[in-house]
Order: sequence, then structure tokens, then C-alpha cells
Amino acid sequence: MSTSTAESNYLEYEGRHSGLLGWLLSTDHKRVAILYLVSMVTFFFAGVSAGFVMRLVQLTPFHKLITAQTYNALFTFHGVVMIFLFVIPGLNAVFGNFILPIIIGAKDVAFPRLNLASWYFFIGGALIAVTALFTGNGPPDTGWSFYAPFSIKSGTNVSLGVFAAFILGFSSMLTGINFVTTIHRLRAPGMTFFKMPLFPWALYATSWMQILATPVLAVTLVLVILERAFGIGVFDPAKGGDPVLYQHMFWMYSHPAVYIMILPAMGAISEILPTFSQRTIFGYKAIAGSSIAIAGFGSLVWAHHMFTSGMSAFGNILFSFLTMVVAVPSAIKVFNWIATLYKGSVNFQPPLLYALSFIFLFSIGGMTGVWQGALALDVHLHDTYFIVGHFHYVMFGGTGFAFFAALLYWFPKMFGKMYSNTAAYVAWFFLFIGFNGLYFTMLVLGMQGMPRRYYAHLPQYHLGHVIATVGSWVLILGLLLFFGSLLYAVFRGKKASANPWHGVTLEWTVPSPPPVENFDEIPEVSQGPYHFPSEVAL
Amino acid sequence: MSTESHAHAVHRDDFGAKLGMWLFLVTEINLFGGLFIAYSYMRHKYPAEFHHGGAELNATLGVTNTIVLLTSSLTVVLAIMAMQRGKAALSRAYLLTTVGFGITFLVIKTFEWSAKFHHGLYPSAPHLGTLPHGEQIFFGLYFTMTGLHGLHVLVGMCLLFVISNLVKSGKITQSKYVLLENGGLYWHLVDVIWIFLLPLFYLAA
Repeated sequence: MSTSTAESNYLEYEGRHSGLLGWLLSTDHKRVAILYLVSMVTFFFAGVSAGFVMRLVQLTPFHKLITAQTYNALFTFHGVVMIFLFVIPGLNAVFGNFILPIIIGAKDVAFPRLNLASWYFFIGGALIAVTALFTGNGPPDTGWSFYAPFSIKSGTNVSLGVFAAFILGFSSMLTGINFVTTIHRLRAPGMTFFKMPLFPWALYATSWMQILATPVLAVTLVLVILERAFGIGVFDPAKGGDPVLYQHMFWMYSHPAVYIMILPAMGAISEILPTFSQRTIFGYKAIAGSSIAIAGFGSLVWAHHMFTSGMSAFGNILFSFLTMVVAVPSAIKVFNWIATLYKGSVNFQPPLLYALSFIFLFSIGGMTGVWQGALALDVHLHDTYFIVGHFHYVMFGGTGFAFFAALLYWFPKMFGKMYSNTAAYVAWFFLFIGFNGLYFTMLVLGMQGMPRRYYAHLPQYHLGHVIATVGSWVLILGLLLFFGSLLYAVFRGKKASANPWHGVTLEWTVPSPPPVENFDEIPEVSQGPYHFPSEVAL
Repeated sequence: MSTESHAHAVHRDDFGAKLGMWLFLVTEINLFGGLFIAYSYMRHKYPAEFHHGGAELNATLGVTNTIVLLTSSLTVVLAIMAMQRGKAALSRAYLLTTVGFGITFLVIKTFEWSAKFHHGLYPSAPHLGTLPHGEQIFFGLYFTMTGLHGLHVLVGMCLLFVISNLVKSGKITQSKYVLLENGGLYWHLVDVIWIFLLPLFYLAA
């Protein structure tokens, strides 16, 4: 146990620079994590606002609120912000940065300066994205997927928006390089790969996907920009190019990106469940291995986004099969998580509640994904609200709720403060009810045939839209309560102990908040990560 | 991994730095990989037009540039070897020679590109628009891929120039030259990608 005094914790530390500069120029992984947290939550609420307005548009039958063109810009903005500025950096950037070095017993990541640079790429990309909204011939209106040929023909400011995504890709890629090197080089003495906690395992798989997949997106976006600037023709059917090639190249990154978003979430859940059931994780190697399997298979399913784009029958069947296969490692995780709770001494604190909600919502998201992987059904479901509902179950119900769970779990460590449990429970109630009211209704609307991205809807869908819109209000109320109570806790919360949840991984052996260098002495590790003293040997 | 002696103990981790560089090179390879996929698909779709397009390119200049780049890879290795033997001035001379080869490469490239421009063989050119679709795509890809490669040559030259200055100012020494090695790795990557571009475009005919 470290004996560092309170003065030297990373929040209060005064280095070469003080005040705001002390944060903006700090290469301390913990400060970089907080930079990511603050900026990402800000962008998250920007994305939420766009979603809120879109729901309002569906509520008001006369569309006095905004025009159809603005609606197109809104869903593009919502998608770009939520995907590139929130869920892709996601748990990786915030908790990966904060927890990874501590949980493997290191003083920082392998390349601290590169780490800070990644954040600047992130913020730079975000600023360019915002600039794209207000300059040129209006904000991009292509949807976040920038499908050709519309993206090469649209008169709006697509080039700048695409360039923003390109820069954001750099941030993600550099973080990936940093984390892989960190995990290879900086694990504490004695911590072999199979004695490493599961969160680093998940980050390791994620980082490889960032390294392997992001460059393909980058070059695809470069091609879109070149197409718009010089007319190189690769995606332009008028010059012999092929828009379906764009879809392939885009999804070669963007499907693995879905796993970049969800894998760190799964890793965090694998940390939370053992701690709150005071029991070693069930199937450690299966969970670790399934992270790698998800990364592997997840890279081979991209064309299931394109069953209706005119691929060969053989291609369709192949990708449908692989899509079914990728559900297996996810299911392995879910079963092992459930089994971990069995006969544990379950301590029903807020992080566990959110983690269990993750499992529930992610399972719905995962299973609706398998439906869409079925070729015949997909023809009906393609481009409907069903896909929107499915996607939000995975990305918001999955990654989002896991982000909340991880934030509640590591909040005492990050800020040295405790939040109000009551507020967290009440916020959960609104989040959970609102979430299902909004997105489950979308699943139903999609089954009924409501197409996505439509500005207006037919009368038979109106009831569904009303329910979904009311759900969105409840959800937003929950979000405000959740982040409001945490913000209050940062300044006014009770002081947290070093180990409020009785966790056994290394981050709980250092004070809360951790000292600048994390450890006075690098710990020696001799056993697996989840040995609880209270646990009876099975 | 057997080489994992603990990086904690020392403040410096050369192995880690090189690992990071290799991972970065993986991302570069996948960046061009996306373009190679586009190329393969289009060549499969338009085999005859790619043949005609290749015939328009000047294979002699392409091969000359290959020799220039391969030689520059040799000089960058010589720069590292000189540093390993503690001959900083020699190392710097080799680095600047490498940068010189890079300039040579880009000059030849400029001549090539301007000849293509002169013949109206560039994207959106009126003349190119009259040619079959496959040839338009061929030149679209030619300019994209050689252009992106040229950009990498430029970046590599800047990198090596900065490194040569660090050699001069004594920041890179016989016992601490991982940055020089990483610069060399990047330069080799630029070289390797060209090795693939040469047959795909210049020898396509």
C-alpha cells in the first residue's frame, strides 16, 4: 500500500504549469483521461440535443420546427458526434487511459506525450467537425456513413466533415498503438498475460482493431475527399467507379469499429461483476479469449450491412454465416458473467445495477443483430427503425450503460469522492424506463415498416412516434440527473476511501485519487487478478 | 515475449519505442492496403483498360525511381551502421544523402506527372473523359496512389532531416539512436510500398 500524502495526488499536483495549462499540457495519463471525459461528455450532450430535436420533429405533425434539409443535417450531426466523438473513444479513452496503467502496475502509458497528442487530434477533429457545420454550403447531410455516390455529389460541406472523421481516426489509431505497447512493455513484474485483469485484455483486443481497421477508413475518407476535389472516379459510376466498393471499404472499418466501441465496455463489466459479487470471474480464459475472438470474427462480417446492396448470393450467405458466428463469443461472455454472480455475495451497489442493465440491454441488442444477419428477414428490416433501435440497444444500452457503470465504479478512484447512491438509483430508473420506451418502440416501428432517416411519417406510425418521443424525454431527464449528481459529487461529495468496493485489482491498492506516479514502488504480482479473501475455494 | 525485461527499471525503453514504430507501420500498410483492394477490384473489372493505361506510363522513369529509392534505403542503413560505430558525422552525411535521393525521386515524379498533365491524362481532364471508363479509373488510382506515396516520401525526408539535425546536435548518439532506427524503418516502408506500386502501374502493360 502506498503511503503518499494527499498533497501529491494527481488532481492537486502542481507541475511545470499550473491551472488550466497544467491540464492542457500534462502528459499524466490520469489527467489526459479527465480531459477526454470532460470533452466527450460535452459532445455527448451536443449529440443528445440533436436527437431530442429529431424526436420533436416526429411529434409535431406540421413540421413547423425545422425543414427537411435541417433534419438531414441533424441526423448526420447526431451520428458523427455520437460515433466519432463519444462511443469510439468511449471507455477506451477515458477508463483505458485512467485505469489501464494502474491496473497493470505501471506509472504511465508507454508513450505519454503521444497520448496527450491523441487528445489534441481528438479535439482538433471535433473543432473541424463543428466548423463544417457553420461554413461552406451548409452542414453535411449524408448521414454519418457518408455513402457514395451521394457523398460525392452533395453540395453541402461534406469534405470538411469527412476530413474531421479522418483526423479523429488518427487519435484512435495512436491510442491503439500506445495501449498495445503499454500492455506488452509495462505490466508489473509477475503479471503474465493470463494473470492480467480482463479490462486490459479487452483494451488489448480493441487496440489491435484500432490499429488494423482505422487506416482503411482513413484512406476511404481520403478517396471521398479526392473524389469531390478532383473527380478521380473510383466511387463515381459516371466514370466507371463503383459505389458498392465504397460501402465495402467503409464497413471494413466501420463494422470492426462497432467492436472497438463495445469491447472496452465488456472489459469494464468483467471488472465490475467480480467485485460486487466478491467472487472470482467465472471462465477467465473464456472471457479473455472471446475478446480476441470478437476482434477476429468481427473483422470478417462487414458486408452484412450490404445484403440489399446487390452482392452475389454466395457473398450474402457467407457474410450471414459469419454474422451468426460472431454472436457466439458475445454469448460466451454473457453466460460467464451470469455464472460469476451465482453463489457470490452480491452487493447491490449502483455500478452493479448499471452493469446488469448493460447485460440485459446488450443481449437485446445482440439478438436483434442476429435477426438482421438472417438474409430473408434483413430484406424486410433493412433501413427501417428496427436497425436504429438495434444499434441504440448495442451502442447506448450496451456501451452507454457500461460507460455509466464504469464511471460509477471508478468515480471514487478518479476523483476521491463518493456520489449519492440514491441519485444514482433514481437516475437509473429514468434512464432504463426512458431508454426502453424510446428504443424498444423503434424496434416495433421498424417491424411495422417505418423507414429510418425519414423526415415525415404516415399516420399509422404516429402512436409509436409519440411513445418514443415521450421516452426520449424520460431518458434525457435520467441523463441530466445522472451527470448532475456526479458533477455535484466532484465538488461536494464525501471523501472516498482507497477501496470503497473491496476490489482486489491493483487500482484499489493506491490512494483515491491516485498519486502522480501511481505507485511508490512497482508492485509484484504472483497470482491471478480476482482472488477475493472472503471467497471459499470451490 | 522473451525480450520483456522490465521496462520499469530504466527510464528508457528502446524496444518499446521500436514496437510502437512497427505498429505504426502496420497502420500505414493497411492505409495503402485499402487502396490496393480498390486497385485489385478495379483491375479485375477492367483488365484491358488497365493494360492500356499502363502502356501510357513511362516504365523507364518508374524503374529509375525504383533504383533511386532502393539506393536511398541502403544509405539510411549505412547511416545507422555509422552511428553504431560512433561515427556521427558520417551518419549525418549518409542521412543527408538519403534526403538527396528523396529529392531526386520527387523531381523525377514531377516530370512524370507534368507529362501526364500535358497529355490531358489527369482526373476530370476533358481528354481523359473521352477514354474508356477503366482508363479513367486507372489514372484516378495512379494519381491517388503515387500521390499518397509521394506525400509519404516528403514526410520521410522531413523526418530524416530532423533526425540528421539531432545527430548534429548530439541528441542522437552511439548509445541512444532508437529515433534514427525508427526513422530508417519509416523510410524502408516508403520504399517497400513503391516496390508494389511499380509493377501495379508501370509494368501493368
